[in-house]
Amino acid sequence: MPAVQETVERVRRIDVDQYRYGFETEIESEKAPKGLSEDTVRFISAKKDEPAWMLEWRLEAFRRWLTMTEPTWARVNYPKIDYQDIYYYAAPKPKKALTSIDEIDPEILKTYEKLGIPLREVAILEGVEPAPGGEQTPSRKIAVDAVFDSVSVATTFKAELKKAGVIFMPISEAIREHPELVQKYLGSVVPTSDNYFATLNSAVFSDGSFVYVPPGVRCPMELSTYFRINERNTGQFERTLIIADKGSYVSYLEGCTAPQRDENQLHAAVVELVALDDAEIKYSTVQNWYPGNSEGKGGIYNFVTKRGDCRGKNSKISWTQVETGSAITWKYPSCILRGDNSSGEFYSIAISNGFQQVDSGTKMIHLGKNTSSRIISKGIAAGKSQNTYRGLVSAHRKATGARNYTACDSLLIGDKCGAHTVPYVEAKNSSATFEHEATTSKISEDVLFYCVQRGLSQEEAVGLVVNGFVKDVLQQLPMEFAVEAQKLISISLDGSVG
Amino acid sequence: MALLEVRDLHVGIEDCEILRGLDLTVNAGEVHAIMGPNGSGKSTLSHVISGKPGYQVSAGQILFKGEDLLAMEANERAANGVFLAFQYPVEISGVTTMNFLRAALNAQRKARAQKEFSTPDFIKRVREVAKSLNIPQGMLKRGLNVGFSGGEKKRNEILQMALLEPSLCILDEIDSGLDIDALRIVAGGINALRSPERAMIVITHYRRLLDYIVPDVVHVMSKGQVRKSGGKELALELEACGYAQFEDAA
Repeated sequence: MPAVQETVERVRRIDVDQYRYGFETEIESEKAPKGLSEDTVRFISAKKDEPAWMLEWRLEAFRRWLTMTEPTWARVNYPKIDYQDIYYYAAPKPKKALTSIDEIDPEILKTYEKLGIPLREVAILEGVEPAPGGEQTPSRKIAVDAVFDSVSVATTFKAELKKAGVIFMPISEAIREHPELVQKYLGSVVPTSDNYFATLNSAVFSDGSFVYVPPGVRCPMELSTYFRINERNTGQFERTLIIADKGSYVSYLEGCTAPQRDENQLHAAVVELVALDDAEIKYSTVQNWYPGNSEGKGGIYNFVTKRGDCRGKNSKISWTQVETGSAITWKYPSCILRGDNSSGEFYSIAISNGFQQVDSGTKMIHLGKNTSSRIISKGIAAGKSQNTYRGLVSAHRKATGARNYTACDSLLIGDKCGAHTVPYVEAKNSSATFEHEATTSKISEDVLFYCVQRGLSQEEAVGLVVNGFVKDVLQQLPMEFAVEAQKLISISLDGSVG
Repeated sequence: MALLEVRDLHVGIEDCEILRGLDLTVNAGEVHAIMGPNGSGKSTLSHVISGKPGYQVSAGQILFKGEDLLAMEANERAANGVFLAFQYPVEISGVTTMNFLRAALNAQRKARAQKEFSTPDFIKRVREVAKSLNIPQGMLKRGLNVGFSGGEKKRNEILQMALLEPSLCILDEIDSGLDIDALRIVAGGINALRSPERAMIVITHYRRLLDYIVPDVVHVMSKGQVRKSGGKELALELEACGYAQFEDAA
């Protein structure tokens, strides 16, 4: 298993406290004044050159937010967040409007290089034209929308996508260029009143990605966004909206990294997916935000609302996530199975080490007839972390023939961590079939000794067992990301034994 | 020089002494059977030789190929040629037998500064050995030992032994849980691995196994010591008279 060995070698090179992506980029940035008020909302909207309807939408959300209280039901503990002590907008100061890759601040490009993970994308960023003879093998092309702090700085492959009729651009641009689509779909899956963090996002979101795939079009490449939090004390509030029109298909990958910081940084994103009749959306996330140091100081607070709406018949939405970072994760990518015969999937690997706290899972809401959903969740807890799976499967009165299969597995490494499973199941009609399986296991001394007796080191043994444990989910990721995710998993678990 | 030399070995777990001055010499090419009642320390001996954590060695030494075995990590011992066929092989889901074997073999080869096996050569070799042990190809693609019967797990141990080519094979109750047909297959696999360079220590309660794997030397263990050593006829004597005669020998 060469991948495992490679993983182990990489792990050895990395110091446990040395978060690989911990560095700052020195670029001038333009910030909104600290704190949150109607003025902040107006400032952001003005910066973005937004139409009046958008500002109204934001303000309505902001007023709503003022009446709401922060949820406390999740199994996470953190000091109270002072929402007035956060910068809500930070943009790298562009010298002028960007029209091509060459104009991106070289410092920013360097940052992407350092990130390691998006190196492939940097290569793409640098060589926009396809290599000679590259025309016939376009299968693994990836288009990138890079979000650097709050603004999308580069969108590649725009032209080729345009030829296919696919719209892929920063949402701030889409608001100006495709207001009819944005107005129709924005907030239609996650309404502005949805929950505390989603409402906050609706008021202050700064940028994110917008995708529209027209009817019958199979998006010619994987679409990808890298989020990165750079500015000190800035919250990152992306807003992503993906619409797959009738009979279309799109696969989207989101990756995240944040520089190392002592302060905790707030991240509250919203992702909305809409799949119309016979459409399919595959959304994959690899998240490795700074988890805090070995004493539990610092790290990202990640409060994210992700929801897909299978609005049309025979539509399909699939979430795949590999979560290894953040101090706190509060995240439940969900599917509303509204169309008849629609299906939803959730494949998740959530790894926690050190003092990380993860409360994550999914919701599968069956509304249409003969809808089906599948949940495969793999939680791995190491160090002093707490890892909770929280999930809801519900079938509406009219959702006859609804089917769900849930498998929830937890793996414990060491004896100071915790794994918890909190499944909610509601069937309001008698024809629904719900299956739930859950296991909790430990990498036992016996298993480790068995592997070591065969010649593997302790680290190699843990890597092998963990990779076996998550295999079902890794297989769901696009190929090249699966390899990276495998490496990331071992890096995250470094120092968890011995 | 003996392949394995155990001298006056004292081993305990927590405050309980299990091995109390054990001596054992095994030369290359020999097959030794260790018999003895439950709790006599047979499995403990196999664990200490292979490096299982949790045991305290309070006195004595183990020399393997003339080197101090107790100073080596368990995976170093494996790379140096110590193999333990487990009484209870573990299950690892999601890791196929094929992948597990490749990871183990390449880790050992790397430790010995040898080149890694090429994939086609490796697969060919695994298939050959699997066939001789009556292991279906499908089993190699399943999670290691997951859902395997007792007999399949033991055959899988022999498969690993054949591929890793150790110089010292310790077989801890390889016959437990095997029906007569499986026992024949397993014993056949073990016999095929007998060679002048390789030694084996076969731990068992029952003489029956020794009808299939004929030992050069039989040892009787009791209360943490080897009480008597002899030829294969000692096993017959044991079956006739039981272990009681050795219990009070000290």
